[in-house]
Amino acid sequence: METLAMHISNGIIDGPVAAIFAALALAGLTACVLRGRRDLDDRLAPMAGLVAAFIFAVQMLNFPIFTAGVSGHLLGGALAAMLVGPWVGALCVSVVLVVQALVFGDGGVAMLGLNITNMALLGTAAAYLLIALMLRVLPRTRAGLAVTAFVAAMLSVVVASQGFVVQYWLGGTTDLGSNLAGLAGTMAGTHLLIGIGEGLITATTVLTVAKVRPDLVYALRSLRTPTTPAVPVSGGVR
Amino acid sequence: MGAGHGHVLYRESDSPVHRLPPEVKIVAMVVFTLAVVATPREAFWAFGAYAVLVAVVAALARVGPRWLLSRALIELPFVLFAVALPFLGSGDRVEVLGLRLSEDGLHGAWNILAKGTLGVLASLLLAATTTTRDLIVGLDRLHCPQVLTQIATFMLRYLDVLVGEARRMRVARISRGDDPRFLWQLRGFAAGIGALFLRAFERGERVYLAMLSRGYTGRMPAVWQGEGAASAGQWLVAATVPVLAASIAATAVVLS
Repeated sequence: METLAMHISNGIIDGPVAAIFAALALAGLTACVLRGRRDLDDRLAPMAGLVAAFIFAVQMLNFPIFTAGVSGHLLGGALAAMLVGPWVGALCVSVVLVVQALVFGDGGVAMLGLNITNMALLGTAAAYLLIALMLRVLPRTRAGLAVTAFVAAMLSVVVASQGFVVQYWLGGTTDLGSNLAGLAGTMAGTHLLIGIGEGLITATTVLTVAKVRPDLVYALRSLRTPTTPAVPVSGGVR
Repeated sequence: MGAGHGHVLYRESDSPVHRLPPEVKIVAMVVFTLAVVATPREAFWAFGAYAVLVAVVAALARVGPRWLLSRALIELPFVLFAVALPFLGSGDRVEVLGLRLSEDGLHGAWNILAKGTLGVLASLLLAATTTTRDLIVGLDRLHCPQVLTQIATFMLRYLDVLVGEARRMRVARISRGDDPRFLWQLRGFAAGIGALFLRAFERGERVYLAMLSRGYTGRMPAVWQGEGAASAGQWLVAATVPVLAASIAATAVVLS
């Protein structure tokens, strides 16, 4: 019964551990702000906003997982890493988390550091490392891109869920004793299922965008040969 | 979008709490939550005092208890986690209603329930009295990095774009003979999610370019014009709640 929404609410993890992770998240975000500022140009600014809005909307969709009697939602870290890169991507997810904590009470404000570490930093970093690796290994076809998006999204969700297990192990307010392994198992299992849903949504979205506006996919930028002009516009936007 | 930049949780009103500048409310809410979390869980009276504080602010903001409580259901998942703790926790067992429960687990469950609920209520009060536009202005005045406020600004505006595009696509599907009912609506929605994203982006990009051509540089005019920034008096008024909460927390720590 223990997984559900991934936003940790107040009082689940004790103060000192929350403070350590808040510092960690702050350091990570500072790095992202510094690097992200360089990335954020005229094309990426509206994209970052839309990715954040998309993640915000998608996080409202809850997947019921009947076997475990719980539900969980998408994280969007892989989608963000794919479309706007790891730095701005982590910022997008963080913004979503901050607004949800401040306004919707989803995830405690005092636990923001933990949530940002799990979902924004850990999830996006795992996703981007996988994307970078797989795009080099897999053939540069639509299928290759789809598999990359799917696997990166699925595994990043599981990695983020294990972040919670580590945090609970370090500073859970209730000692679960040997049940901690059970917690880790349940978290991994349910989030593998969530990850499949997340992978499907990420793969469809990325494929569509890559087909129509490949210039918008950050992860494909480094792979393109430098001689290709960067703006293949379709749809009469500009 | 035009007129209303409110959101589902915003309650239009003209109470003293609504009139406070957003940055003051954000700081007050964060400090209050930190004080609640820092309170030792055995200090039951302290949580009662916090609840009274929340009730007073809610009354001042003219937010009814029914509205607050029905929206606090968002934390239900973690309440379920809390219910499981007395059964899973280790250590000393106590007899409650014929069940042998972990004492540590019971305290943990109470801890999550009390602190979680108070945190949710505090953020709901912030949401009920502050529009999202003001929220971002507040974050900017608190020196939140501009990259973040810019992403947040676009996120909140594009949410409406996304919802609007989704509605248009649904109407388009239906007018072409699709007759979605119940769960099958999901299939059409899932198949079109990539198209939805692209359409929303291209719409959003046009809006963004229009903003650029009208002199947008990454901050909204309300921020750099500096009107309505909090005065010292307003900071003092709003400080009452977090200061009270902090003293309750300090007393509870000293007593325990």
